[in-house]
Amino acid sequence: MDDLDQLEAQSIFILREAYRKLKPLAMLWSLGKDSNVMVWLARKAFLGRVPFPVMHVDTGKKFPEMYQFRDEYTKKWNLDLLLGDCPAVEEIDPTLPPAARSAARKTAGLAAMIEKYKLAGVIAGIRRDEQATRAKERVFSPRGAGHKWDVRNQPPEFWDQYATPHEPGMHIRVHPLLAWREIDIWRYIEREGIPLVDLYFSKNGKRYRSLGDQDITNPVESNASTVAEVIAELETSRTSERAGRAMDHESEDAFERLRVAGYL
Amino acid sequence: MNTISPPASQEAATPIVIVGHVDHGKSTLIGRLLYDTDSLPDGRVAQIIESSTKRGLSVEWSFLLDSLQIERDQGVTVDSTRIPFRLGQRQFVIVDAPGHRQFLRNMITGAADAEAAVLVVDAAEGAQEQTRRHAMLLRLIGIRHVIVLMNKVDLLDYDEAKITASEHSVAALLKQLEIEPTLFVPASAREGDNIASRSDRMAWYKGPTLTEALARVPAPSSRSDLPLRLPVQDVYRFDAQRVVVGRIERGRIHIGDEVVIGRHATVARIATIESWHTAPQETAVAGQSVAITLEPDVIPDRGDLLFPPAEAPLQGARVRARLFWLRQEPLRAGESFRLRLATAEHQVTVASIDSVVRLEDLTEHPADMVPPEGFAEITLAVSETMQFDPFQPGTADGRGVLVDRNQQIVGGVPLIGVADIVAGTNAIHPTGSTVSLWDRAQAKGHRGGVFWMTGLPGAGKSTIARAAELQLFSRGMDVSVLDGDTLRAGLCSDLGFSEADRRENVRRAAAVARILADSGQVVLVALISPTIADRELARQIVGDEFHEVFVDTPQPTCESRDPKGLYAAARSGKISGFTGVDAPYEAPAKPELRLSTEGRDVPATARDLVTFIARTVALPPTGSRS
Repeated sequence: MDDLDQLEAQSIFILREAYRKLKPLAMLWSLGKDSNVMVWLARKAFLGRVPFPVMHVDTGKKFPEMYQFRDEYTKKWNLDLLLGDCPAVEEIDPTLPPAARSAARKTAGLAAMIEKYKLAGVIAGIRRDEQATRAKERVFSPRGAGHKWDVRNQPPEFWDQYATPHEPGMHIRVHPLLAWREIDIWRYIEREGIPLVDLYFSKNGKRYRSLGDQDITNPVESNASTVAEVIAELETSRTSERAGRAMDHESEDAFERLRVAGYL
Repeated sequence: MNTISPPASQEAATPIVIVGHVDHGKSTLIGRLLYDTDSLPDGRVAQIIESSTKRGLSVEWSFLLDSLQIERDQGVTVDSTRIPFRLGQRQFVIVDAPGHRQFLRNMITGAADAEAAVLVVDAAEGAQEQTRRHAMLLRLIGIRHVIVLMNKVDLLDYDEAKITASEHSVAALLKQLEIEPTLFVPASAREGDNIASRSDRMAWYKGPTLTEALARVPAPSSRSDLPLRLPVQDVYRFDAQRVVVGRIERGRIHIGDEVVIGRHATVARIATIESWHTAPQETAVAGQSVAITLEPDVIPDRGDLLFPPAEAPLQGARVRARLFWLRQEPLRAGESFRLRLATAEHQVTVASIDSVVRLEDLTEHPADMVPPEGFAEITLAVSETMQFDPFQPGTADGRGVLVDRNQQIVGGVPLIGVADIVAGTNAIHPTGSTVSLWDRAQAKGHRGGVFWMTGLPGAGKSTIARAAELQLFSRGMDVSVLDGDTLRAGLCSDLGFSEADRRENVRRAAAVARILADSGQVVLVALISPTIADRELARQIVGDEFHEVFVDTPQPTCESRDPKGLYAAARSGKISGFTGVDAPYEAPAKPELRLSTEGRDVPATARDLVTFIARTVALPPTGSRS
């Protein structure tokens, strides 16, 4: 088994644990590269099916290409798609910096969906290497009432045993991609031929490395127009993946504040 | 969209955990290692420089890891972090484990899967408490390769004699734990000596630098050649087909192989290996998450172990285990848990605590409890016969984990072997309910709980408890009262008033209260329970659902009430050892509820109690948002 086989096997194990232990369960599908890999891994785990709904928390500000992609692959992959919308930005904590405040809309939208469907588990495609705060995460990450993440009081997690506390008002975030790196995601996309939104590929010398809302995501300089070229680019890149995400740069603790409050 | 070319196959990264006492230099080492090997993305270096300058400090390599605001403010690393890192063609992942004592469970989270460990020891200070603690853990979680980095040798002036002396004392310590270190490297992480480049200040040292030593750590050995162990994770029925899924922990499967399924000893053949978007497979090996069909089409349960007929695991209902204990309260014999072993779960009771490790010198001693973050050897009584393999580093064998009633992990129990039933001990195997606490609570509309009412004789405990019982019952709640005199008339009629008998009285009341609370009831215990130790015992037996209520009536008032004439009897010497007269009462310092009875009537006091109880056992509104 090579490294991608190992990552795949571990993610399948995690998805099967979640499916067995957490009901009702749903997977977040942000339409980005990581969440497409996650849907793909679920189909591997469940032999071509995704036996739980996928959720798109729609900020209403995604790129048109992303909505088109969503509609196309919901059908092609036979997904049970749940849509949720987000409150207006005026309803969000005004003490957050502007981009973080905008991103927090998604947190509120997600919280509403978790409550609406009374979810015990939500599968999310975050990775440790994306952002320092995410490096602190567990594979099974309990969220208390109000969906808060208590970074100082996380359960021990070892030997592939995941804590599954089951109390009212609580749900568990499941992170099957936690151990993957950005380049692993791309190498796996290449190996498996997983479809992606075209925005990830260079047009006029720019491409998106990470996709958020239109108004708070910026493209990076790049000539990589194929998956292989993206991989080659990443092998030499020394800038961080979320460099194009405005909210990460507003203040030192903006991202952590979002995370504690339930942001992915 | 793109051209598909087969990507270059890569080895999986080797995880390396870095452990050691707080301030012995772990974070500095990692920062230095990443910097010297040019493994930092540009953004990270800029962040460190910016953070350091903002705080008016010179560049601190340890800031790299202290990526959370709260950590930096407190000055300790909160949680383990994983950092990819490359030496030549080989990939590593550095797992940083914090040295701060209360964060042991984070260290285990990071370290349990490591292939090798770097134990960082301040050469000037030598081994400290956490050096011993971490070394003990390395042994218990089964890490085979340990490199000892003798750090801060600049403080010993790079002097060979001093450094070697320090090394010998660490070696002696590790020997007690049966850990044979691969290597000792004298180094200074801050100055960069012997980390990635050879120090010219220690010409006497001829061994490898740290990076050279890491490069020599053997790659994880294949578990595919060992006898098969495939724990069933789940069974799916998709369309008309039944599929058994699980991860092969060791060995391999091949279509046509005969396997034994669990304790039922059913034998079946592997008919097919199923997959989606993967080339058809005849064989699958350790590490793969597989889906198989069986012939005949038997239905295994989650937790059943699939193994070759000739190579069965051990089987037993009493199991000896080592223990690393992660709960904040001590462990005592008699406590029950779920034992998770791969995908299996068994109800277990701690039959005995056989020895506890004294951390000062790493020797084993008899004890009746395991302290928080303690290490021990214990015997577990299982409610049914279980199958297991003894703990074996480098495999998943015997990796037991204890979880409490809330599905929280409270300890790791590497299983050693089957325990003999010793003559004179109770061979008991308690069973656990399969109805969850939460399901019960939803059915009843409230949670269970124990409200332990302590106070002087005559304080009004029983009277208030009975009044509250009536009020709670009329609200439709399931409630019962255990009061001292009623218990002594029946369950405890064999007990007198000696210190041992009083304690036994408390123990029995708590044990019964726990059973009732587990069945979802609100239990009011009205018992003098005069000492802090009595109530602490009760709290330990009952667990999280224990709530201390102090019925606070001044002694003179109790004596003037004297409803049973006992104060008078005690004053006249007819009874002795009477709490409040010639035996002490230790009032609770921080009860969860204090009921002052002076100048208030019983219904009003009971109402306060009822309000507190109703709030405590209420189900939170579903979907509450802060």
